Amino acid sequence: MLETIVVPLAKIVVLLNAVLVAVTFLVLMERKVIAWAQSRLGPMRVGPYGILQAIADPIKLILKEDITPRKADKYVFTLAPIMSLVPALVVFAVVPFGPDPFYYLSDINVGLLFIISVTSIGVYGIILGGWASNSKYPLLASLRASAQLISYEIAVTMTLVSVILTTGTLSLVGIVEAQREGGLWFAFVQPVALMLVFIGGLAETNRAPFDLPEAETELTGGFHTEYSGMRFSLFFLAEYANMIVISAIVVIMFFGGWLQPFPNVPALAFLGFVPPWIWFIGKIFLFLYVFIWIRATLPRYRYDQLMALGWKVLIPVAIGNLVVTGILKVAL
Amino acid sequence: MLEITPLHYSLLSAALFMIGVIGVLVRRNVIIIFMSIELILNAVNINLIALSDQLQDLAGQVFVVFVIAVAAAEAAVGLGIIIAFYRNKETVNIDEIQIMRW
Amino acid sequence: MAEAIVFWTLAVLILGLGIAVISARSAVHSVLFLVVNFLLVAVLYVTLNAEFVAVIQVLVYAGGIVVLYLFVVMLVNLKKAPERYADPRRVPWTGTLLAGAVLAEVIAIGVYSTVSSDGAAATGGGLGADTPFSDCGSLVSCNTEQLGWVLYTSYLIPFELASMLLLVAMIGAIVLAKRHL
Repeated sequence: MLETIVVPLAKIVVLLNAVLVAVTFLVLMERKVIAWAQSRLGPMRVGPYGILQAIADPIKLILKEDITPRKADKYVFTLAPIMSLVPALVVFAVVPFGPDPFYYLSDINVGLLFIISVTSIGVYGIILGGWASNSKYPLLASLRASAQLISYEIAVTMTLVSVILTTGTLSLVGIVEAQREGGLWFAFVQPVALMLVFIGGLAETNRAPFDLPEAETELTGGFHTEYSGMRFSLFFLAEYANMIVISAIVVIMFFGGWLQPFPNVPALAFLGFVPPWIWFIGKIFLFLYVFIWIRATLPRYRYDQLMALGWKVLIPVAIGNLVVTGILKVAL
Repeated sequence: MLEITPLHYSLLSAALFMIGVIGVLVRRNVIIIFMSIELILNAVNINLIALSDQLQDLAGQVFVVFVIAVAAAEAAVGLGIIIAFYRNKETVNIDEIQIMRW
Repeated sequence: MAEAIVFWTLAVLILGLGIAVISARSAVHSVLFLVVNFLLVAVLYVTLNAEFVAVIQVLVYAGGIVVLYLFVVMLVNLKKAPERYADPRRVPWTGTLLAGAVLAEVIAIGVYSTVSSDGAAATGGGLGADTPFSDCGSLVSCNTEQLGWVLYTSYLIPFELASMLLLVAMIGAIVLAKRHL
């Protein structure tokens, strides 16, 4: 009873709250980092150095009026934000934060496929949100978004297949263990795959420079134009939770998950005093910083350029990478 | 009632199959007819998986993988036809799709 | 007991959503019900120890095919309801009755064959038995490995044919949907 129900439930509660709190502070981090990139101070009023802004923002969003447009499809309009947030949170069921079963909810042997398939459900929230608003710009944005997500999903999935070829397992714990046994992070074994997954991840989370679904200047905010209050903040939460998910995937697949750098080098063994889960979370935040950094640096793609990049560059490179990996796997 | 046998799964599969057949026969929106066909394919898959578990034989699961591949091909081509048709006739009502030329 | 509860809940939900799919007025609502239906069927597969197929079901069906449907429904943005014009020769009730008769027949066959076979336990061909993963015990623990093995050995040619089919379908869909080649 305790082992099968109470402990997992407690873990789920802790995990969900941790993710949601991380998201609120991630928003603050994004505002601060972008501000510093533009030689501004960012939020400074609420709390010391604006730290409490992370709490003020959600309160503001929750207290705002929740408007449903008159001609909107009421049920779908309400359902869409939920459908976009839930998959992002479900993914954390298989994310391992450390080597022991204490650090993860479950280690299923199709873990990676589970993550790919669950994130592919997230696209419904965006499509339905745009459709249910019964409004021009959101509909356009959601059509754009679905085409973009499906295209980049192909490239990312094909790239992950080449990593699976290297490890021979789909279990996330197994993938990290393979990196420990190999003594080398897969970032050094599969650098092309790392680039592809990271670019694809940017596109799948609708982050700059691929943030066309919510391009403020062209589509007045994109698929969530008609959303306000709590429902808008659910979309917001989903986007940032997805950023954490993509960072976690990149860290697990290519940067050794909870492992310290170069786990087999004795000279670096002193790094072992840092607990594994801190390594994992630290690496995730490093990648979140890269996400924000890219947003502050790069301009947005044009839509045809975006599709051309997805279909004519990323997918062929992903297939080539897969073929090369296969040949090397057989040859070595 | 309380013991679940493969028969239960077969009956569930048969019922879902019938729902799909009714959808194909009764609805007039081509897209919904296509969705009913997906329901039918799923009903078949449930049967295959249940029997694969019962017989401890992986052939059923392999078949399901093939069925899913065929369903993907069917959806792609079928929806392509629907889009091409809609471009010409501005309708997806199957009762208006009854002449071979226009 | 737990298996029974899970099965009956899933069965009721799957059939209810199936009915919702074919009876919803708006095509978008139909698509939504279809997604949930597929997800529940995936859960049913997990209870039947077919976790790889369950994940593939979610990935390909719910995440791929149904998105395509939704895309087409939105592209075919209907100004008038599609069901207004009905062919006078259409007899929907006959269709329903016919389907009901087929169901009754299937149920009769199922029940009859179960009763008459008198619980003679069928033994499997056991394709899983001669794979190199036989130390896994049952099909439960190494489902993905075993399925991969069978798929790439016994069913290699069908597998290649399926990939050819997908290639042909892809080209066909592009040719059909593109205005000017």
